[in-house]
Amino acid sequence: MNGRPKIGVYICHCGINIAHTVDVDEVVKFASTLPDVIVARDYRYMCSDPGQALIVEDINNMGLNRVVVASCSPRMHEPTFRKTLITAGLNPYFLEMANIREQCSWVHEDKIAGTEKAKRLVESAVVKVRRLEPLEVKEVDVEPSALIIGAGIAGIQAALDIADAGFKVYLVEKTPSVGGHMAQLDKTFPTLDCSACILTPKMVDVANHPNIELLTYSQVEDISGYVGNFEVKVRKKSRFVDVDKCTGCGACAEVCRQAGRIPNEFDEGLGMRGAIYIPFPQAVPAKYTIDKENCLFLSRGKCGESPKCQEACEAGAINFELQDEIVEFKVGTIIVATGFDIFDARKKPEYAYGVYDNVVNALEFERLVSASGPTGGNVVIPQRGKKKKKKEDEEELGPVIPKNITFIQCVGSRDKSVGNEYCSRVCCMYTAKQAHLVKDKIPDAEITIFYMDVRAFGKGYEEFYDRVRREGIRYIRGNPSEIFKRGDKLVVKAEDTLTATPLEHETDMVVLSVGLEPRSDRREIIDILKLSSSPDLFYLEAHPKLRPVDTATDGIFLAGCCQGPKDIPDAVGQAKGAASAAMILLASGKVKVEAQTSVVDEATCRGCGFCVEVCPYSAIELVEINRAGWPVMVARVNEALCKGCGACSAACLSGSIQQRSFRDTQILPQIEVLGVK
Amino acid sequence: MAEETREGFEPNIVAFLCNWCSYAGADLAGTSRIQYPSNVRVIRVMCTGRVNPLFVMNALQQGADGVLVSGCHPGDCHYMQGNYYARRRFTLMRNFLEYLGVDPARVRMSWVSASEGSKWKEVIEEVVEGVKAVGPMDQFKRRQLNW
Repeated sequence: MNGRPKIGVYICHCGINIAHTVDVDEVVKFASTLPDVIVARDYRYMCSDPGQALIVEDINNMGLNRVVVASCSPRMHEPTFRKTLITAGLNPYFLEMANIREQCSWVHEDKIAGTEKAKRLVESAVVKVRRLEPLEVKEVDVEPSALIIGAGIAGIQAALDIADAGFKVYLVEKTPSVGGHMAQLDKTFPTLDCSACILTPKMVDVANHPNIELLTYSQVEDISGYVGNFEVKVRKKSRFVDVDKCTGCGACAEVCRQAGRIPNEFDEGLGMRGAIYIPFPQAVPAKYTIDKENCLFLSRGKCGESPKCQEACEAGAINFELQDEIVEFKVGTIIVATGFDIFDARKKPEYAYGVYDNVVNALEFERLVSASGPTGGNVVIPQRGKKKKKKEDEEELGPVIPKNITFIQCVGSRDKSVGNEYCSRVCCMYTAKQAHLVKDKIPDAEITIFYMDVRAFGKGYEEFYDRVRREGIRYIRGNPSEIFKRGDKLVVKAEDTLTATPLEHETDMVVLSVGLEPRSDRREIIDILKLSSSPDLFYLEAHPKLRPVDTATDGIFLAGCCQGPKDIPDAVGQAKGAASAAMILLASGKVKVEAQTSVVDEATCRGCGFCVEVCPYSAIELVEINRAGWPVMVARVNEALCKGCGACSAACLSGSIQQRSFRDTQILPQIEVLGVK
Repeated sequence: MAEETREGFEPNIVAFLCNWCSYAGADLAGTSRIQYPSNVRVIRVMCTGRVNPLFVMNALQQGADGVLVSGCHPGDCHYMQGNYYARRRFTLMRNFLEYLGVDPARVRMSWVSASEGSKWKEVIEEVVEGVKAVGPMDQFKRRQLNW
């Protein structure tokens, strides 16, 4: 070490953010009395250029070898001040910060108490910095490839950007096709672009891109490693169809004994499929999949005399012996783009969703208005869960065209009773769009929209909302309380809150504008990647404003609705942001790894192996060394694997294994000064 | 006499917070300007798994009236298992405190995530109230720590 510690203490006013509850002058006076403190200064904004220059000058002029900055949280500006030390030629780990803003001035109103606490925190930082040691920042190579989990529009966009930049991308999608929710949509607001028309070219691009390896019907099983060097294990579920042979002709689906009996997930259960199926005509890859739960041969071992699909397949692609395959590969960075679930309207029983066929949710309605949907784009009352009808039946009854359609917004959003306090951001606009589409298809339909507020915040949104209102669509401000049946009509009971009039509104069909929710399987990724969640249970970004696509874990980024509800432009924007963040790592090819790792004093280690057992990363092993002529076992840390959690230090009986920057000898002095009354 | 000392008694509490969840949660309380008592002084560690139970004893020995250890919720540890280690250690530690005649209410463990600024305030208020009820810690003789 650089001889006797010579400490400089720098106390920030942060404008008045700190100064209004902390008497900065008093803290400066106090700090200058602390042992080994050569200089203590204050400045309005320590993080500004002149603030940092002040530190650099003192280091150069006074020969400081330790720096304490008392300002905001180290989670905010520790990297800034580490760089300041580097500028002055000092090892960046000779820095300690005292958090007197987030954890002091902002949370205490009493200036005396605030000042007292600030003094203690500064003292704690001073006694720690005296004992800090220089650390070496190591760099490791970054594997020039990315993993993207989820192939909705966000995952697709991120994959294309990274692949176009020349890096390898593994795009993993759980379902048999890429596309996600966007593929289910008919038109997109506010431009009324056909969703499929703008999405399918991108879907085809990801399938054909030489840098993208597409793993559909696959699930990430395990990820280990660290930024730059993640090891990924993916399970490719068996489709029981040899994708190399399958031509996508569809002869198998036509003859499947289950054809038309199984609700198609892509059509939200309004259309039917067989056990061998392709989710939708433009699916990518255009390969068939056998759903083993519903396939008679796979679930019961017998399908008539023999499976018809196998006979029908001229390419000989169907193979019931195919097994799941485990694929392993290394990537440098990961983007999570797992998307959302829609709110289950059954959680609002007053709206009778699931009770009446003519109460549908917005995604079902999207399939009903879609030309590629189960009704060919005709808006009719769906015959839910009913098997394919015989032709005669259909002729007899005919489809029922609703002439009066009612939309209810904010179903499952802005609603504490179902636990979703947030606004889902897309429902106002998709409702306006769906209302417009109905007007297009059934010009004489009467359309009513019940709303709480209309939030038309995006580019062109307000204009679109205005246009829809002018099309003769009635907006009623009020949150309906109940839906019930009267004769063959549905009755929506509500209050028009603008005129304070209770009303009962008769209608043929109700569309519930359901909100967006975190995926029900969100924990799978949390367990694998150790992501945090926000209170709304979407994945948590590293900083809500300044690091919106980063996670707390280096090298892992978020894109799309897994981080919170988003419309398509925002999801694409965030995907491009995440791709760019990932490419910074990939393009630089190097990344700095944790320096605050653990280290063993081999002279005192007795080789008990407790640390080996507690290490979550298997970074410690016992090795034999020669101690004064005797072979003994001691622990040794693999620094590339050590993540610096310090669990080993707490477990060590002799104190021989210590985490750098968090050594016993560095924490105990803090305890000593903070414990004193 | 004892009752008198408790009157107006402001306990001094040392808290060990993990960098990823509770320290971030405490920062969020600050960003959200949530006000809470100033009795708690924080030592940042990367993970609650780093907190040696002896740190807790040392803090009490130095005169702290209470100790708080706060980390990520079970299952959310940034280092996978650290908070489980901490939980096991502190469950055992409570028995040890009782054995020593120290009221286990002085030592508290909590889970506060990076998004739970308001929970952090609640935890602080509970800890401060709890330690106030127990009274000042004067059972140990203060001695220079051996570091």
